[in-house]
Amino acid sequence: MAKQLAAIVGIGQTNHTATRGDVSIAGLVREAAQRALADAEMTWDDIDAVVVGKAPDFFEGVMMPELYLADALGCVGKPLLRVHTAGSVGGSTAIVAASLVQAGIHERVLTVAFEKQSESEAMWALSLPMPFSPPLVAGAGGFFAPHIRAYMHRSGAPPHIGCLVALKDRQNALKNPYAHLHEHDVTFEKIEESIMLWDPIRYSETCPSSDGAAALVISNEAGGDANGNAAWILGTAMRSEPTMFAGRDAVNPLAGQQCADDVFAQAGIKDRRAEIDVAEIYVPFSWYEPMWMENLGFAAQGEGWKMTEEGATAMDGDLPINPSGGVLSTNPIGASGMIRFAESAMQVRGQAGEHQIDGAKTALGHAYGGGSQFFAMWVVSGNKPG
Amino acid sequence: MRDVAVVAFAQSKHERRIEGYNEIEMMMPVVGELWERTGLSANTVGFTCSGSTDFLAGQAFSFVTILDAIGPWPPISESHVEADGAWALYEAWVKLQMGEIDSALIYSYGKSSPGDLPKVLTTQLEPYVTAPLWPDAVSIAGLQARALLDSGKATEADLAEVAVRSRGNAKANPKAQLAGDFTVEQILAEPYLANPLRKHDCPPITDGAAAMIIAAGDLARELCERPAWIRGIDHRVEAHALGVRDLTDSPSTRLAGQKAGVGDGKIDIAELHAPFTHQELILADALGLGDDVAVNPSGGALAANPVMAAGLIRIGEAAERITAGGADRAVAHATSGPCLQQNLVCVLEGEG
Amino acid sequence: MGIDLTTIPALADVEPVRSTKTPLHLDYEYTAGAASSRFLRAVKEKKLMGQRCPKCGKVYLPPRGACPTDGVPTTDEVELPHTGTVTTFCVVNVPFHGQQMEIPYVSANVLVDGADLPLFGLIQEMPAHDVRMGLRVEAVWKDDDELETSLENIKWWRPTGEPDADPSTYEGQM
Repeated sequence: MAKQLAAIVGIGQTNHTATRGDVSIAGLVREAAQRALADAEMTWDDIDAVVVGKAPDFFEGVMMPELYLADALGCVGKPLLRVHTAGSVGGSTAIVAASLVQAGIHERVLTVAFEKQSESEAMWALSLPMPFSPPLVAGAGGFFAPHIRAYMHRSGAPPHIGCLVALKDRQNALKNPYAHLHEHDVTFEKIEESIMLWDPIRYSETCPSSDGAAALVISNEAGGDANGNAAWILGTAMRSEPTMFAGRDAVNPLAGQQCADDVFAQAGIKDRRAEIDVAEIYVPFSWYEPMWMENLGFAAQGEGWKMTEEGATAMDGDLPINPSGGVLSTNPIGASGMIRFAESAMQVRGQAGEHQIDGAKTALGHAYGGGSQFFAMWVVSGNKPG
Repeated sequence: MRDVAVVAFAQSKHERRIEGYNEIEMMMPVVGELWERTGLSANTVGFTCSGSTDFLAGQAFSFVTILDAIGPWPPISESHVEADGAWALYEAWVKLQMGEIDSALIYSYGKSSPGDLPKVLTTQLEPYVTAPLWPDAVSIAGLQARALLDSGKATEADLAEVAVRSRGNAKANPKAQLAGDFTVEQILAEPYLANPLRKHDCPPITDGAAAMIIAAGDLARELCERPAWIRGIDHRVEAHALGVRDLTDSPSTRLAGQKAGVGDGKIDIAELHAPFTHQELILADALGLGDDVAVNPSGGALAANPVMAAGLIRIGEAAERITAGGADRAVAHATSGPCLQQNLVCVLEGEG
Repeated sequence: MGIDLTTIPALADVEPVRSTKTPLHLDYEYTAGAASSRFLRAVKEKKLMGQRCPKCGKVYLPPRGACPTDGVPTTDEVELPHTGTVTTFCVVNVPFHGQQMEIPYVSANVLVDGADLPLFGLIQEMPAHDVRMGLRVEAVWKDDDELETSLENIKWWRPTGEPDADPSTYEGQM
């Protein structure tokens, strides 16, 4: 049996902010889901199955919250699947939802990813007292900062590159009404002068902690045709490697390279930089933009930072990265990957509003997680394949 | 649908508390056994999917250390469900249906001993008005059992009979945690644990792990002399709140069973994931199983209940019986959530 | 998108509940596991015991009991010296939950001599801005009567004064 075509026909996301105190967890996921259904011109009854993704349950203090959310997500009597693959989960969840359509099992699948970090304490969730391992790492920044230092050392990138990425993404976020951070007075100097939290990572080069959700309606070929403005899925890929091992290249992980090779091959893309019009990449710390440019094969080894410096990744560059403002401007962890996937689809459907890249037809959505060992990617197009 | 079969299954010996070994050391030998039997490896299998939950381990991202130990190098295509391994099997089966890969490893583990399991499961309840009351999992099951008895569909003796048969069947299961000869009279003479449930109506608290290899078409025949073909697999969920559903019935199981084709032929055996005795009666009724069906020949979850693996084990036990030639057509079932909220049904057949 | 509560007369004068607090307290009893137990017992004796993978020969410290690239148990025990090299590091300027250190401090990846994977450690007894890749360091242990079955027995790492290590000795192990 051959893989069948699948297309994104509905996209929704919540307004993201530090604390969405106006809604419960159910209210939050419904906000995204209802916007996706409205965009797809569908109702709950049109949906065959629901796939939910989020990062660790300790973020909300609810074990397997999809069970409690079954009613709110209109799942009663339907299949409900819950995915958890660390920070890449938003992407993996969309991929699992797509596979239900591609395998010919369902016609229309709703997928939702969320995080309501304000419901619990994220620091508590991530630093539950574990015996046998002393607490030295000092949070995610403390884990990734040494890898960024290794990248800077290896590539010879000048130290201001991280600030350039942060400035670009925060300025892009001003064009995105859903973004968490809207820093109207952001300047390069303000970013450069912000405190070095985890040297070499500055405060303004880190992502915020957000409440938010994203949702997609993925349909079969007939539904994509009927929609008339679908984002067609050209390829999906997931790859994992061990967290740590002797000789592991955490700056340029092989899992990320292979995931990119796979997804671009499926999409029939040969010249990645020329053929991809826009990409939404998971960049929680600014330096990950140049690092992922190399890992994804958009730039040669050691050259990724030049794309940033030349402005190639800006809205008006030849490969705009994160016109939405990216994870640096909005980070509801479990949803962040799906927002990347959703934004890539929005771009090829021409529905990204002020942060739309003119004429974007082919886009990459990317998510990673853990200690950069989990990757999920898809390539979508406004043109139906074949 | 593409022909996909369970070709190998392995599980740990189940115990109340596996002393001295952590989750990695509990899981690794089970996966290692499958590599040895099939000649496959982490790199040659087309897809890997696991099922587990952080709340059981008391640690965020707990699945990561287990994946690390599997040896995912060079990088592998892999996913994880925060659910029983039966749903990991479902995700893997979907991947094989896409036609691009021919095999998958599924594994799941549940080390229930580190925490207070009935209390841990309370955190699964609606968080704003239900969970703060801290109803424990056994008491919640008691509500369902009471509703069943009051409906007149079953008696306390019926419940006791399930316990007697399950623990009796478990005597032939070398992996079982609880087995033995009991009588209905003995059980009915015992005090209630959570009225109307007695100790014998409840599952043991278990540490254990399980793993499975599925394969498509010719590869399945190559790897196994008599593969257990998955003829249908479907899962459905119900409303969460206990007050809005009929606890004496399982419409989600009935619907999943219909979609999976349970009624399309004679069923020889059924492995039902019923942690509590009364739940077996509800499930058997929802699936329309006749008196001629041997239910839970392994002893079921009443003999060993490693949370997050017990559902996958039902499918593995059913598949092993088909592979061994003892059954031609089997139904296996997995459940999740309070009072059978979510249910998966899988129909397995031998060839010819 | 939300429900208009003003349309429900009975709720007209009711102040909405904005949030509720549900304290969650769960106790877990962890099992270190066989491999970690051996490591932790040795650490109490001020010994650093790594484990070697029987297939690839790489030495893991601390051992997790399995080789992450070969998926086999690591069985051979290897005693390692108390010296190593800083492969990469970060300077922490942010106080975080449960932290007892004075900021700034340096959290480093320390590749212990003879091991093939760095472990996290603090660098002390030198200014934070002098820490560099390739710095040679040695473990500073707690007093003998304070030793426990914990890696926290190593309070921090301090410079040995040796010349910096050649990048080729650690660049593949960041």
